[in-house]
Amino acid sequence: MPTYSFLSLLREGFTGHKGWTPAWRFPDPKPAYDAVIIGGGGHGLATAYYLAKLHGMRNIAVIEKGWIGGGNAGRNTTIIRSNYLEDASAAIYEHALKLWEGLGRELNYNIMMSHRGVMNLAHDEGEARVLKRRTEANRLNGIDTEWLDAKQVKEFCPPINISAGSRFPVLGATLQRRGGVNRHDAVVWGYARAADVMGVDIIQNCEVTGIKVEAGVVTGISTSRGDIRTPKVASVAAGHTSIIANMVGVRLPIQSHPLQAWVSEPVKPLIPCVVMSNAVHAYVSQSDKGELVMGAGIDPHNSYTQRGGLDTIEHSLAALIELFPMFSRLRLLRQWGGIVDTCPDASPIITKTKVKGFYINAGWGTGGWKATPGSGHAFADLVARDEPNAIAAPFSVERFSSGALVAEHGAAAVAH
Amino acid sequence: MLLITCPHCGTRDQSEFTYGGEAHISRPANSETMTDAQWAEFVFMRNNPKGVWAERWMHASGCRKWFNAVRDTSTDRFLAVYKIGEPRPNVTAAGLATPSGEPVIGSGNDAAKVMR
Repeated sequence: MPTYSFLSLLREGFTGHKGWTPAWRFPDPKPAYDAVIIGGGGHGLATAYYLAKLHGMRNIAVIEKGWIGGGNAGRNTTIIRSNYLEDASAAIYEHALKLWEGLGRELNYNIMMSHRGVMNLAHDEGEARVLKRRTEANRLNGIDTEWLDAKQVKEFCPPINISAGSRFPVLGATLQRRGGVNRHDAVVWGYARAADVMGVDIIQNCEVTGIKVEAGVVTGISTSRGDIRTPKVASVAAGHTSIIANMVGVRLPIQSHPLQAWVSEPVKPLIPCVVMSNAVHAYVSQSDKGELVMGAGIDPHNSYTQRGGLDTIEHSLAALIELFPMFSRLRLLRQWGGIVDTCPDASPIITKTKVKGFYINAGWGTGGWKATPGSGHAFADLVARDEPNAIAAPFSVERFSSGALVAEHGAAAVAH
Repeated sequence: MLLITCPHCGTRDQSEFTYGGEAHISRPANSETMTDAQWAEFVFMRNNPKGVWAERWMHASGCRKWFNAVRDTSTDRFLAVYKIGEPRPNVTAAGLATPSGEPVIGSGNDAAKVMR
């Protein structure tokens, strides 16, 4: 694999950019693999990468029904943070954030990671109390969250409206300075390239149509490009997880909803950080292209249509314009929806199942992107060893029977 | 935005309604003898089909009555609405060609086109 560097860019620049080669292969599926990952999004490719790199499983495949990164990996607002309340969540999201910090270098791929800081606003006393509590919980877990009062919020993010007469007065905010945004396509492509080099087959335009189970043990899958024998099937199918789990009769508490996001026309740099608000279901950052990237809470109804209602967008935009009056004259360029797999406790499911060899990583709901490396790392460990590690263990599907839920509706920051 | 026909008031915008999730889940009669797994099934586990499913809505900005609907989650098309207490109507939609119902090329959701 040619290493990407300033020198390689310079060399190609002088030779007409004719020397670049495809970053990954387009192989046909082999008759058998040691493991098959269903879903070529960020989490699926990260799982493949860590399986190959850390567990030596290189005869594996990622099966993707469309193109890699074309689902929720390409539809999220790329916000990275780890300021979750519970110890179990703090562990996995902070694990992910630590991996993000070195990921570009590790993958030799510029993921445009920008640690510009994430603010979560408080608009009333109750919310301020909850966010202060979360700040302290974060600090006990070694996470760099701090509390800002309204004046400090204004200093950190000058365009914000903190006037007392505002419809959504800003009482303060939590700030995680290591939080930020990155480039979702680059993460997908970086993981794909690095996994491919180690021998992982990334098979696109290939839909899984069935999973073969004999005597409670996985033996293979059927796909639109033929049957594949494998002792391990790892589902990382996000919004379509229930459909995959149904193939082997595994029941899940997941409900699939549309989640919408949109971008404005590109403008000069005007917002230096990520601003999120639970109360008004809105979050905004500015991409390197200059577009404001904004998102809403989920549409309330179950759906797989990847589109939602205009009223959901209007609700968030009305609040954003109150918070940032200067946004009111911006035009929107485009909006889209993705199908998110929400869980009752707003935490993911990383689990073995009653079917031996069938593993599920799902339920990330509205906040999966930030966890991509940590999720793949922990899930690869589970798939390789057939036992969850300390980070994955609290996220077993058994928690819905035991009652040990990991309730994160506050920190999830987007209404479920 | 969905247009929803309340069986009491007629067709209105979705913004007038509150969603209630899966319909026809009744509290088990033998709750004192149920296992934790059975409780989990009642409290948390839900169907989540891509296709026809029955759901509850409440006309919050209108008559404030709950009612049920059958909708195709792959197209968002409503197939039936009916009052609480009435049995689920036997309606079907054209099935999906594959589990995802999406075209081989592209992951954009073209389920509606595939079915047409």
